[in-house]
Amino acid sequence: MIEEVFATGDSLMHRLDPRVRILAALAYSIPVALVSRPIPMILALVLSILITALARLQVKALFKRLIVVNSIILLFWIVVPFTFDGETIFEIGPLAATREGIIYAASVTIKSNAIFLAFLALVATMPVAAAGHAMQGLGFPVKVVTLLLLTYRYVFVIEEEYNRLLRAIRIRGFKARTSLHTYRTYAYLIGMLFVRSWDRAERVHQAMKCRGFEGKFYCLTQYRVSLEDIFFSVAMSVGVCAIGMTEWMIAIH
Amino acid sequence: MIQLKGVGFSYGDGRAVLSSLDFTLLKGQRVGLIGFNGSGKTTLLHILMGLLRPSAGVVRLFGKTVSKEKDFVEARRRIGFVFQNADDQLFSPTVIEDVAFGVLNQGKSPNEARGIAIETLEKLNLKGFEDRLTHRLSGGEKKLVSLATVLACRPELLLLDEPTTGLDLETCGRIIEFLNELSITYLIVSHEYDFLVKTTREIYSIQKGAVVYNGDSSILHSHYHAHPTGDILHHHEQ
Repeated sequence: MIEEVFATGDSLMHRLDPRVRILAALAYSIPVALVSRPIPMILALVLSILITALARLQVKALFKRLIVVNSIILLFWIVVPFTFDGETIFEIGPLAATREGIIYAASVTIKSNAIFLAFLALVATMPVAAAGHAMQGLGFPVKVVTLLLLTYRYVFVIEEEYNRLLRAIRIRGFKARTSLHTYRTYAYLIGMLFVRSWDRAERVHQAMKCRGFEGKFYCLTQYRVSLEDIFFSVAMSVGVCAIGMTEWMIAIH
Repeated sequence: MIQLKGVGFSYGDGRAVLSSLDFTLLKGQRVGLIGFNGSGKTTLLHILMGLLRPSAGVVRLFGKTVSKEKDFVEARRRIGFVFQNADDQLFSPTVIEDVAFGVLNQGKSPNEARGIAIETLEKLNLKGFEDRLTHRLSGGEKKLVSLATVLACRPELLLLDEPTTGLDLETCGRIIEFLNELSITYLIVSHEYDFLVKTTREIYSIQKGAVVYNGDSSILHSHYHAHPTGDILHHHEQ
């Protein structure tokens, strides 16, 4: 269900304190999403590629994910250039592609790839569990963190339950068709999954109460910031500032 | 440690599961409770933990009558309850966090909790399991870890609900061995007669909503299908 292919490794990115990485990913992606000029965008893309290289991710898995993201962006390319007002560059039948449309689509492509790569290198390089604890360490609301961690833990159990139900249906000769029977069966399946998840949630809560849970979570992980963390934070800040500065310099000229 | 007097329980639809049930468990006793599916074994344990409230009767734990949530919160600190399904018990992403969970709830510092958790895992021969992901453990490993999560809280009394469900012989063997080394009072609910014989000294059965004493487990084991639980399917290893 969740593979976490990038979560293990011994690169610089993997060694960094998860809190530093989450903070860096947030502090980096918001300005990058906001810049509008080509030079800072390209700068961001270069920086992202650099961080990704530092994380030494599996190349094949990395490209698989890039293809998924860019195929969604491709849909953007089909629509945006033809629907933007501006100077016409070429025409296909009744549709006219505009210069502004193409520039806009290109900027979306560069920015999303830059942010996506940064998140892969910074956040996907830690297990979900570590991300949860880091978020708790950063002062994210306890409810959000708990929700994330429990979802992560039980999504596997629910998947297993779903497969069990599906097997039970198939073993009795069920074939999906366009019929009321099919829709009803799927509705039962989903309904059953909800009921079972609810029951499970109740039992999990009972088990937690039996071990003295009174609504407050205590964190076991204690983080220590290393020299590498400080160095990386400084480098990231310089990078974000450089992107912001170039955007601002071009704007005032 | 446990005293139940005239306890009754029925579900919302009016179906009575337990009726005027009396049961006593003294310090140092190791008791097995056997019964059919739906006989109310789990219900009984849930009443003891305060997860269900009886419709009649008195529950006394550690010499005190317990009836309100507040009473049970206190009693739960001293009782360890191992759930039937390990997936219900293990909710943390990693093993160490789950084992430390109860200890942290007792107010221990993270360092202390980590120490106690590692020690408990070692006792159960689960050294090196600290950072394993709970959902990737095998069924047997999950059961042993969930036993560790409860024992880490150092309970005075242990309640086990069907501890052998879905386990292979080897894991069963490990649990039997471990329970026999343990020096605390416990009550095991199971439908597996052989398991109870190997882990407990006295066996009770739950019949028609009440608990009936069957006898000393060593005697029960030696005679040949004439004991009161003879109608429950089981085999004897001689």
